Amino acid sequence: MLKRNSRLPRQGDVCMIAVVDYGVGNLFSLVSSLRHLGLECRVTSKKEDLYEADRIILPGVGAFGDAMAKLKETGLADIITELADEKPLLGICLGMQLLFDKSYEFGEHNGLGLIPGLVMPLADDIKPGLKIPHMGWNRLEIVRDDPIFKYFSNGEWVYYVHSYYAKYCPESTLAVSEYDVMVTGLVRSAKVYGAQFHPEKSGNAGLRLLKAFAEI
Amino acid sequence: MISKRIIPCLDIRDGRVVKGVKFENIQDMADPVEMARYYNESGADELVFYDITASHEGRKLFTDVLRAVASEIFIPLTVGGGINTLEDFDMVLKCGADKVSVNSGAIKNPSLICEAAKRYGSQCVVLSMDVKRVNGKFRVFANGGRIDTGIDAIEWAKQGEALGAGEIVLNSIDTDGVREGFDLPMLRAIGEVVKIPLIASGGAGKMEDFRELFNYDRIDAGLAAGVFHTKKIDIGELKLYLKKCGVNVRV
Repeated sequence: MLKRNSRLPRQGDVCMIAVVDYGVGNLFSLVSSLRHLGLECRVTSKKEDLYEADRIILPGVGAFGDAMAKLKETGLADIITELADEKPLLGICLGMQLLFDKSYEFGEHNGLGLIPGLVMPLADDIKPGLKIPHMGWNRLEIVRDDPIFKYFSNGEWVYYVHSYYAKYCPESTLAVSEYDVMVTGLVRSAKVYGAQFHPEKSGNAGLRLLKAFAEI
Repeated sequence: MISKRIIPCLDIRDGRVVKGVKFENIQDMADPVEMARYYNESGADELVFYDITASHEGRKLFTDVLRAVASEIFIPLTVGGGINTLEDFDMVLKCGADKVSVNSGAIKNPSLICEAAKRYGSQCVVLSMDVKRVNGKFRVFANGGRIDTGIDAIEWAKQGEALGAGEIVLNSIDTDGVREGFDLPMLRAIGEVVKIPLIASGGAGKMEDFRELFNYDRIDAGLAAGVFHTKKIDIGELKLYLKKCGVNVRV
């Protein structure tokens, strides 16, 4: 069955990426990165744009509960969940955490439930003395190969800023970074991808991951 | 594990990169966009942009330059200079900054640190301190190193951390631009009283200075301007050298 909105990019066709704008975080760098790669993108909160897009990126900075509330209020949560079966979706940082079942950041909040797993405080699992947030450049170790690594080598450095991390998600984990514990770095379940780090802040290595996502 | 960082700092005046010695003799060096592009490619882990313009027109020019730079670099960007209010935070963050550095503005109004940390998170707030020895004590200076505030640097660092600063950049006025090594005694004095990341600034002259700096494990990053701008030290070479010396750096 071919739906109107399940349009896939064909050769020579321009791929359009919708960057979901729901009032959380700064989209400047992400948009700059996509444009630098020559990708067409639209920062949007309109559902028509999400239907129209070939790919969706869900960014996010801040608290899980607030972000989830905003996604629900605007009706975007339902649309993203619906489209997640049809087109590649990439959650970044908090946007990645929102893909999971549940987070324990300031209470207990349900997520989008697109990837099985829980988002828990890093502070509970790492040795005292290590700083929270986990912030800075860390190596990304690939645990399972995937087309997203088309232009990426094992052990390249990526840039993180976060205090919570995804746990109990071995089936979806593609790559991890060591910060006393193995921090879930990159996940995938069917067409849904999530990056805990910021590809748009991870230099050329990050740009290459975004490029591969646009080609999936 | 998180790497140690190498950070070039661009002092911007009237839309141009400039550099002084001991905060004086300011000289024109380069176009900021060109220079930022070069650093993005050469392996810098982060860029710092300081607006040292005094005039209102210069300020507008600065945000234009900032936007141009931010759209072409894909590493974290810290912006400082003339940050006095939450509106200033808002403005530079919207222009593409990831972190905002406060200095004189926080000395005048320390609650700026906690208000900004509450709104944007501690990871976004960098306390930059210009410090100089006065009668054997480390003293905080304001207004680009021109005014002795009388504030004790050790107390100010502790207060900054308590108010919610996410990291501290310690600029030693005594070693700034002298190129004979970082001010390790000053760095140790501050490093012993705070837990947040500490960035060393002032005095880098050769690659060995960075090795010596990172021997002190409380240091998270080394910041420099002139030696990188003139290419006296190439960042790529520096990082290979540090890696060989056993320092965890991104290469």
